[in-house]
Amino acid sequence: MTQRIPVVEKILSANDRLAAENRARLDAAGVFSLNLMASPGAGKTSLVEHTVQRLQGKLRLTVVEGDIATSLDADRAAAAGATAIQINTGGDCHLDAVMLQAALAQLDLAQCDLLIVENVGNLICPSSFQLGTHRSVLVASTPEGDDKPYKYPGMYQGVDALVINKIDLLPYVTFDMDAFRRGVEILNPGVITFPLSCRTGEGLDAWIAWIVKAVEQHRRDHA
Amino acid sequence: MHELAVTQSILEIALQHAEQAGAGRITDLHLVIGQLSSMVDDSVQFYWDLISQGTPAEGARLHFRRVPVEMQCRACDHRYTPDGDFMCPACGSDQVQVVAGEEFYLEAIDVAAADD
Repeated sequence: MTQRIPVVEKILSANDRLAAENRARLDAAGVFSLNLMASPGAGKTSLVEHTVQRLQGKLRLTVVEGDIATSLDADRAAAAGATAIQINTGGDCHLDAVMLQAALAQLDLAQCDLLIVENVGNLICPSSFQLGTHRSVLVASTPEGDDKPYKYPGMYQGVDALVINKIDLLPYVTFDMDAFRRGVEILNPGVITFPLSCRTGEGLDAWIAWIVKAVEQHRRDHA
Repeated sequence: MHELAVTQSILEIALQHAEQAGAGRITDLHLVIGQLSSMVDDSVQFYWDLISQGTPAEGARLHFRRVPVEMQCRACDHRYTPDGDFMCPACGSDQVQVVAGEEFYLEAIDVAAADD
């Protein structure tokens, strides 16, 4: 005799609960946080470097770098002037709430205004695992092609902001901005976008202003 | 691939609900997975066979109900499964939204007494 028991529970609910704990911990410390996601080579670390440099003296920044191996990215963020720690996932394709929890335990959050988490380069898995960060940001780049929203809808759907990096390469690559934006708009209506170039600096001002405003708002909400 | 983490979560949720129900063992798990969720059934099955060993869920069968991606046009209400681009095949509008395909949950488990 078997009996059916209804469950209807999200499979990643345990991760979601831990993510909520991470969020509470960050809020209590007055730290605003971003989860940066992208495919490998889109320019996440370059964006982190420029963000750190531009916010130097204005905000105290900490960067958590997620990678399968090496501390190359944490070294770059540290060289740019941030407190940086590396999480090596040892083969896992994404960061999850447990890994961020362990990273938070190593940090002095009282000395931090803005925490940037750079996720593992991957357009699939990171979108499934909440970390507890305040905003999810996807860094797309023009050489990847304009079809990426159509091929990775899960990633494009779940983010709060979209950076379109490497716009200086638009004359040289096949990238139809209208087709790209149409896909984005369908999946994530009204999402804020930042077309920019880390190489030339074009468009970075708007991105920085958005972060500063969000940090200030968070500070008011959690004063 | 994150199927191991996913499979561990499935096992934890199932064991917890079986214990609450006072069940001895789990015979079947019913999973609902939207096509937008990146997950490979065979891979979950592979990990399941390994990690369920020695638990009340050992040997339980996994049933996957796959939910296809469905979109709905806001302009003409047409519902369709997208192919390539997302535009409405009926009227060509791009004012469309995803209405199915993101599911990712354990719907139910079948349990039995330990000696059944």
